[in-house]
Amino acid sequence: MSAAAIELATDHGETVETAIGADVPLAVQGLTVSYGDKPVVFSVDATFPAGSMTAIIGPNGAGKSSLLKAVLGIVPKLSGSVTVFGKPFETARRRIAYVPQRASVDWDFPTRVIDVVMMGLYRDLGLLRLVRPRHRERALDSLDRVGMADFADRQIGQLSGGQQQRVFLARALTQGADLFLLDEPFAGVDAATEKAIITVLKALKEDNRTVVCVHHDLATVTDYFDRVMLINVRKFAEGPVASAFSAETLQATYGGRLAATHIDQLDLVSA
Amino acid sequence: MLAGVLDALLLQSGYNAALVGIGAGLLGAAAGASGTFLFLRKRALVSDAVAHATLPGIGLAFIVMALLGGDGRNLIGLLAGSAISAFAGLLIVEWIARRTRLSEDVAIGAVLSVFFGFGIVLLTVIQTMSRGKQAGLEGFLLGATAGMLFQDAVVIAIGGAICVTLVILLRRPMTLVAFDPDYAAASGRDVRLIDLAMMMLVLTVTVIGLKLVGLILIVALLIIPPVAARFWTERTDRVVLAAGVIGGVSGYVGAALSAAAPGIPTGPIIVLVCFAVFVASLLFAPGRGVLAAIIRHQRFQIRVHRRQGLLALAHGEPIYDPLTIAVLRRARMIRKDRVATDLGRAQAAKTLRDEKRWEIARQVYTDEAISGRYDGLTPIEAVLTRDEIADLDRRIGGPAMVAGA
Repeated sequence: MSAAAIELATDHGETVETAIGADVPLAVQGLTVSYGDKPVVFSVDATFPAGSMTAIIGPNGAGKSSLLKAVLGIVPKLSGSVTVFGKPFETARRRIAYVPQRASVDWDFPTRVIDVVMMGLYRDLGLLRLVRPRHRERALDSLDRVGMADFADRQIGQLSGGQQQRVFLARALTQGADLFLLDEPFAGVDAATEKAIITVLKALKEDNRTVVCVHHDLATVTDYFDRVMLINVRKFAEGPVASAFSAETLQATYGGRLAATHIDQLDLVSA
Repeated sequence: MLAGVLDALLLQSGYNAALVGIGAGLLGAAAGASGTFLFLRKRALVSDAVAHATLPGIGLAFIVMALLGGDGRNLIGLLAGSAISAFAGLLIVEWIARRTRLSEDVAIGAVLSVFFGFGIVLLTVIQTMSRGKQAGLEGFLLGATAGMLFQDAVVIAIGGAICVTLVILLRRPMTLVAFDPDYAAASGRDVRLIDLAMMMLVLTVTVIGLKLVGLILIVALLIIPPVAARFWTERTDRVVLAAGVIGGVSGYVGAALSAAAPGIPTGPIIVLVCFAVFVASLLFAPGRGVLAAIIRHQRFQIRVHRRQGLLALAHGEPIYDPLTIAVLRRARMIRKDRVATDLGRAQAAKTLRDEKRWEIARQVYTDEAISGRYDGLTPIEAVLTRDEIADLDRRIGGPAMVAGA
């Protein structure tokens, strides 16, 4: 459903929740986030269709991570609404998996790789249910998909940065979610990890799951993603890579911070 | 003395000593297990603020109960008062850290000193009251020396049972929040509520430990066992368990020691026993311990020198480094006059071949998973299969002659 159609629907007295169909994995309306009295995300609307892979692009401090965190309820929203599969965020939370930035946790924490992946099952396990062999198998299967099955019993501190990132992805896979939100999954990882992650994400897309990544590497956008969203506090463009990822939209988003030569090096479809 | 300690350990030193021993053991176990989550959440010092914030509550509870005509020393009343003021202190720390630009350490410092100061003023006022002379409230600062009543042991047993139950119930959410609060929040956990539950655990331990260990030293029982336990294991559930055991044993042994030497206060002895366990863990734990780290480093250093020495032999270069010479001598690879033995020449040739194989492998395999493993020490057999190595050897050509062979 397009933004115009939503507007039309809401004009006619329907609530936004009913206006957005259950087939839209994630829709954000008028989302504003601020730290103190400085907005870092201002009135952003966006829709993420099923089976799409979207890169959220923007300069440092443009509010990319804050947008993701506000969608997930980790940081408070100043205004706006988040709709997941046609339902308010709170009721559809089970269908979302989040992969935080690797640097956000202490990797000297006393826990093994398998234990971290098992955290993806905590909601199913509840407070008291014991871990059964089938739970362990599910976790091992996720580890296998990111090529880390041999590391199950390692302490997490012994992993390289790329391996840590893959463990975080495995934890998200274990949840069996339909919508994946990833915060900079390719930041500072080795080539093998980058390949492993993109393979898994593309497989998810093939399976009609929806993937949204905060992404920083403009050079890989065309290869990895089919949609982009360009933000710098406000949203500057949103849509298929072929149309929304152009020299003009990049220049508008980054302003003077992106040299024209840099844009020239990107193999862009001219608008 | 030794016989006395043994008697106390075997609960043979009389009713009161047995009561203190069991009570201290239970308290230590509850404190160790509860404190683990605080330690993993990196908020250990909040417990210090909570503990010091109990004091005004104790004073106020005494005054209120005395004014109402009751016995100001009623233990349940005093503990209830301490819990209320500790909770108020906790809320103020949280509020300052969350709502103002001040950080949590500042909030802890402010709450701790102000509440404690206010508490001391109240105790002084109580001293001047007609009924306050024998109140004995100072005992709550460093723990009572005169032993325990059955009632005190019951309080610890009930409070300890509540703590252990909560730890078992909340182990998953508390672990998740301690490790990755953002992920916990994203998956629908109320991080503030779980943090609050963690703090209620600490508050409960503090309140039940007031009579035995005192508010100044209870922090040690919450922090030292988990820190010591961390040296022994890499798994959260085992850290919790080990911290409970270390706390429990320290409490029990400390109580026995103080029972055998009358006049020595129980609380400080328990803390010292705890500290002894910590020092032993710090030094001797495998893996994370200081000695293990030193040994690991030395072994690594020897491997490096051995490799360097063998490569020097292979290239026919002289060796000057005394450690390299010592390492090769001990392995019987060189003679006293620094000439290579047969074993030394064989090993040198093998090392040189390994280097050559690596050199080719790093050109052939661009994949970082293989070429990234080169560190000058890892033998190529650990990374490539036999067939792959045979393929490398074909590229190298015939066996190279080693100087001096």
